[in-house]
Amino acid sequence: MGIEIEQPCVELSNVAVSETHGENSPYFAGWKAYDENPYDEFTNPSGVIQMGLAENQVSFDLIEKYLEEHPEEASTWGNGASGFRENALFQDYHGLKTFRTAMASFMEQVRGGRAKFDPQRIVLTAGATAANELLTFILANPGDALLVPTPYYPGFDRDLRWRTGVNIVPINCDSSNNFQITPEALEASYKDAEAMNFKVRGVLITNPSNPLGITIPREVLEEILDFVTRKNIHLVSDEIYSGSVFSSSEFTSVAEILEARENRNAERVHIVYSLSKDLGLPGFRVGTIYSYNDKVVTTARRMSSFTLISSQTQHLLASMLSDERFTESYMETNRERLRKRYQMIIEGLRSAGIECLNGNAGLFCWMNMSPLLEKPTREGELELWNTILLQVKLNISPGSSCHCSEPGWFRVCFANMSEHTLEIALQRIRDFMARIRTETETESA
Amino acid sequence: MKLLSTKATCNSHGQDSSYFLGWQEYEKNPYDEVLNPEGIIQMGLAENQLSFDLLESWLDRNPNVAGFKSNDGKSIFRELALFQDYHGLPSFKKALVDFMAEIRGNKVTFDPNHIVLTAGSTPANETLMFCLAEKGEAFLLPTPYYPGFDRDLKWRTGVEIVPIQCTSSNNFQITEPALQLAYQEAKKRNLRVKGVLVTNPSNPLGTTMSRSELNLLIDFIKDKNIHLISDEIYSGTVYSSPGFVSVMEILKERNDLEDCHAPVWDRVHVVYSLSKDLGLPGFRVGAIYSQNDVVVEAATKMSSFGLVSSQTQYLLSAMLGDKKFTKSYISENQKRLKRRQRMFVSGLQKAGIGCLKTNNAGLFCWVDMSHLLHSNTFEAEMELWKKILYEVRLNISPGSSCHCAEPGWFRMCFANMSEDTLNLAMKRLKAFAAAEFNGSSCSKKVTLQLGFPAIVS
Repeated sequence: MGIEIEQPCVELSNVAVSETHGENSPYFAGWKAYDENPYDEFTNPSGVIQMGLAENQVSFDLIEKYLEEHPEEASTWGNGASGFRENALFQDYHGLKTFRTAMASFMEQVRGGRAKFDPQRIVLTAGATAANELLTFILANPGDALLVPTPYYPGFDRDLRWRTGVNIVPINCDSSNNFQITPEALEASYKDAEAMNFKVRGVLITNPSNPLGITIPREVLEEILDFVTRKNIHLVSDEIYSGSVFSSSEFTSVAEILEARENRNAERVHIVYSLSKDLGLPGFRVGTIYSYNDKVVTTARRMSSFTLISSQTQHLLASMLSDERFTESYMETNRERLRKRYQMIIEGLRSAGIECLNGNAGLFCWMNMSPLLEKPTREGELELWNTILLQVKLNISPGSSCHCSEPGWFRVCFANMSEHTLEIALQRIRDFMARIRTETETESA
Repeated sequence: MKLLSTKATCNSHGQDSSYFLGWQEYEKNPYDEVLNPEGIIQMGLAENQLSFDLLESWLDRNPNVAGFKSNDGKSIFRELALFQDYHGLPSFKKALVDFMAEIRGNKVTFDPNHIVLTAGSTPANETLMFCLAEKGEAFLLPTPYYPGFDRDLKWRTGVEIVPIQCTSSNNFQITEPALQLAYQEAKKRNLRVKGVLVTNPSNPLGTTMSRSELNLLIDFIKDKNIHLISDEIYSGTVYSSPGFVSVMEILKERNDLEDCHAPVWDRVHVVYSLSKDLGLPGFRVGAIYSQNDVVVEAATKMSSFGLVSSQTQYLLSAMLGDKKFTKSYISENQKRLKRRQRMFVSGLQKAGIGCLKTNNAGLFCWVDMSHLLHSNTFEAEMELWKKILYEVRLNISPGSSCHCAEPGWFRMCFANMSEDTLNLAMKRLKAFAAAEFNGSSCSKKVTLQLGFPAIVS
């Protein structure tokens, strides 16, 4: 019989034990429910359909076809016998030149050639997650703040704040004007930060917006640019959905505005991009920072040592991305397919009596279920979310997890499943709404 | 003024150090057998280029894998392209832990559920700092150490490094007094010590840690109630006795013998990578291994900031899952390293230069050129380093960049070039050393402690 001597637990850091990774929010809890009971057309047709994951699965066949027609890109490593060796050794944080150049030209294509990107200003990171965190480390000190318009991608709470110690202060947007960012909201947010004694270092926008699924109009971008210039702070424009705008001409990148202004004050602007959404390749971890600020480029490049892209992956994608014929046709087809999917879900929801924000981009729609709330509160929204998860068996993302100031909005993804599955999901919603109507009628009878 | 953060404007990235300056000079004038035979030979880069043919032939025999096809020829491109689960590809984690066990002679095994994948060991080390220490706290590191640690451990984390000074008097082994001194030093600087980080086998020493050193470390961390990180990224490069003993092996032994009521499993963490053993630094494959569930959980979430490409995980799950291949690779790779090291050491001998006699691992030697210094100072070491860089045209790493306590030591890599190039480097060095030694009017120190008589031509 031994005597148990309790050893004091040596502390881990605050960062390790904090909740700032945000994984206890419903955004992630829904995933858990899905993981435990995932829908499968044949083996589990009554399982939970995952509509909380912003993946683009509609255009894989195009990439697969390309790889089949160019097998040398995946299976060999380029020039002759030494190709593999060179590639396997390549850990230069400048990135494979061919790849960097291909990224720059791809980004130009996505913007319809309306902006130029200099490959020397491209910094490669293992995904946009890393890019956003890296920029935050560079632009702000612990305790400082970034202003972010609500609703925003739930992952930002972790990506921008967790290890950096930087705060997010919301720029509140609401449905009165389709959640557009206004100069008043910008100023109010800045004052909020000041009241909390936070030094504001920049504004971070996502354009097109996640979760709204809408591009930011040119005039609003101009206002934001003027605002950050007046306050002498930075602007980070996360444009990872830029290739998912249903009609290319509807997207204005901050890069275009800077060019129109002859790059005046450009050194405060930084663009984040990734291939996870437009090309549907989140597993390959391909992100980039494009900065107009030399010091930021140099520093970001050095910091990217912590998050380099596998040279194997760089090699694979370099040829594909620089094949302009391929990328041109891919972009066109991808946009069209997303647009069709969007139409399908909007009409499906409308026929069920549910309205959405009039979107024009992204892999999701912003659905308004506020009329269904028992109480117009966050709790009411979470109750509804829970019902939809457990009864309707759909995992969707509640607006509160996106810090939306108005309860009742939900982000619903539509591009991460087959058309057939989407139909099933829409049918379930129709049935659910019908049930509710019957219940309401019965109650009032 | 558009302010950047303190991190962006400080020098903790360490890129102004000689380690990186030498690299820059090399980039400006790189040796090439045909195009630039007078150029600078890169001996400052710890790469393993000796065994690529083994990897290449495996790839030739398994063409499906790189082409995103499974064994039965079915395309799994889609699944891989979508796979971004920070828990990692299960088949890859299994293959990796089996590989790690194989390197340790299967004396220890690793649980795939306790491994966290990261894009190289660089983020693995940084992540452990984020998990184990606050800004302003400290880790103790034995000197000399890998120059990159100054950036990796301190830059964004704000954690401090306090050196455990080791000296040539006992071949730079860690001693108890040195540990205690370092701990006190931290206290004097008002730094709370959270742990010790060692590299085993050591970079830049190229030696394995002895059992007694490892036991000493475990005693120490138990006594102080702190963590131990063992960076074992060179574990597969041990080519001669006494062989590699992992801290995990020592823990297991102690557990079996006496320590079961006071285990330190929770506080020992291992870092690994495929950059050195397999020579694949470009593929960015690193790992943290820990029995501490909280650390594994936090580190797993943090790995979101640097996941391993699923394309690469898949390729390597097949390669490392081929046990026949890994067994033969490990053994052949070690043989080639041993042969290369012998060649290098004998070349050094001919130049009248000695190196650490306990050198039995790694991709480099820890070379003693103190007899070529004008004075026993770091300034003299820098002068010598510059001469070697610009006149001899060899980029090597000065001990001061590794925080060595004694001037005159240099790390020289030998596995990142062909045999011919290495021979040329030795020739140049020999010519230089002879000239220096004969031409020098200062004290002609003859270093006998290393067992080589200095050759006076």
